[in-house]
Amino acid sequence: MSEKVLMKGNEAIAEAAIIAGCRHYFGYPITPQTEIAAYMAKRMPKIGGTFLQAESEIAAINMVYGVAATGKRVMTSSSSPGISLKQEGISYLAGCDLPALIVNAQRGGPGLGGIQPSQSDYFQATKGGGHGDYHLIVLAPYSVQEMAELTIRGFELADKYRIPTMILADGTTGQMMEPVTFDFAVKQAPEKPWAVTGTKMERAHNIINSLYLQADQLEKKNFERFEKYRLIEENEVMYQEYLTEDADIIIAATGIASRVALSSVEKAREKGIKAGLIRPITLWPFPKAAFAKAAEHCKQIIAVELNMGQMIEDIKLATEFKVPVSLYNRTGGIIPDVYEILDYIEKTAEGGKR
Amino acid sequence: MEFKRVTIICGHYGSGKTNIAVNMAYELKKQKENATIADLDIVNPYFRTLDSEEDFKKRGIRLICSPFANSNIDAPALPQEMYSITDDRRQNVIIDVGGDDRGALALGRISGAIVQEDDYDMYMVINCYRPLTKTVDELLEVRDEIEMAGRIRFTGIINNSNLGRETTREDVLASLAYAEEASAKMKLNIVATSYDKRLDEELKNRVPHPFAMELQKMIPGI
Repeated sequence: MSEKVLMKGNEAIAEAAIIAGCRHYFGYPITPQTEIAAYMAKRMPKIGGTFLQAESEIAAINMVYGVAATGKRVMTSSSSPGISLKQEGISYLAGCDLPALIVNAQRGGPGLGGIQPSQSDYFQATKGGGHGDYHLIVLAPYSVQEMAELTIRGFELADKYRIPTMILADGTTGQMMEPVTFDFAVKQAPEKPWAVTGTKMERAHNIINSLYLQADQLEKKNFERFEKYRLIEENEVMYQEYLTEDADIIIAATGIASRVALSSVEKAREKGIKAGLIRPITLWPFPKAAFAKAAEHCKQIIAVELNMGQMIEDIKLATEFKVPVSLYNRTGGIIPDVYEILDYIEKTAEGGKR
Repeated sequence: MEFKRVTIICGHYGSGKTNIAVNMAYELKKQKENATIADLDIVNPYFRTLDSEEDFKKRGIRLICSPFANSNIDAPALPQEMYSITDDRRQNVIIDVGGDDRGALALGRISGAIVQEDDYDMYMVINCYRPLTKTVDELLEVRDEIEMAGRIRFTGIINNSNLGRETTREDVLASLAYAEEASAKMKLNIVATSYDKRLDEELKNRVPHPFAMELQKMIPGI
């Protein structure tokens, strides 16, 4: 598909996954991500793939575990409450170093919350939502085009590092329709000599397991895994900067919040306020260096989030409290408009003059 | 555009049905006093006719829609007033049906009475830029599924081919051949070529049955 098509963000994820060579999708419907499952249900049978609506989210993530163990590209998708159900399986994927793609089109929480967009699963995604010491690579798209691109990237990174990867989208990026093209190069899955594919009596058994009977073996494995995480932090950070070079006030926002914040930054510039934007694309690894650098020259940082203030903690750590970091937030499924963020920027600018 | 008593808007998921239904209701109100728009979407809880509630009120158009539309209650509920579509023949009605065959199931609940009364049109909205209906053969599949689930047949086609807010004149013009092929294969007339009203000057003399629309608003600033 090299020409432009009009797609929902959720559909773009599904099509991109197919282009990435994913032929196994397991899921359970939940608004606002059901289009991913619906698209897979239509497309997979036509291309020899497997679409399976499992009996629950828990079953689906364990099917992902099984297929990932065979080395095939595999994915599941859900929205916040469903992602909570998958956490045990995600921890097991991490503990077995299995590559897989998990999509969370976030909705309002906690609990059943609501079906409107949210970013309140930031902690869950970036700090390890399941048990044990582990990370996921977490990618936060802000457009339908990026939904597609980061899906491809997600599969590639998962294979490169043998790590489960999450697309942390939201109800709006999943539901909104924009033109999208799919003419990008894809690295197909590499050789996976560790995969469970049958020995053909020619090699020793491969074993996928997260249980370690000896404490020292488990400790060694954890240290090794964190060495891998260090490499990811060194090499795979992605973010976008906009007008930050001379900025006094820097907005930090991701996903749909960054779409609105970008317009607010432009409006602030029109009013003579030196505002800029840092948009983390990888939420883990977090773009620490970009914020540390910003803290050297800007006066204030504003985190714009659709939650009660989650990413702001990573910003404070990255900037080592060198500049004030404040929060502008809406929750419950409400997206701030351009002018309310602008208003907050103006107030912050006045307060910052001293 | 001439209206029968009931006009049904159906089509593939995301083809633009709601924008068309809303604008047809505006048009209907210009021609006839008792204008009603009925939202029977049981597929998508977002982007509903309810988004235009204020406009309907201003223009005196009656809105029938699920009390749960645009709320956090994600239930495929139908409005109880839906039976007035067929019971109250003084009303002139535009029906906005949910996408695909799953959406058309709701239509199937009242299509028997609509067919019996025989004063209706049912239009298939098509968009060649949607990935699952890029070919006319795929479109034929969707048509069959909708007609089967809705238990009623299409009477015309609305070519709503678009790429969202970035749609250009060329995008619409490039879709005309697709619409003609669909028309020939389905043996249905193209009753409208619909597009954002900002393209009206460039398109109104170049497409069959031009229909310029006011698009429902998305989130400002995005």
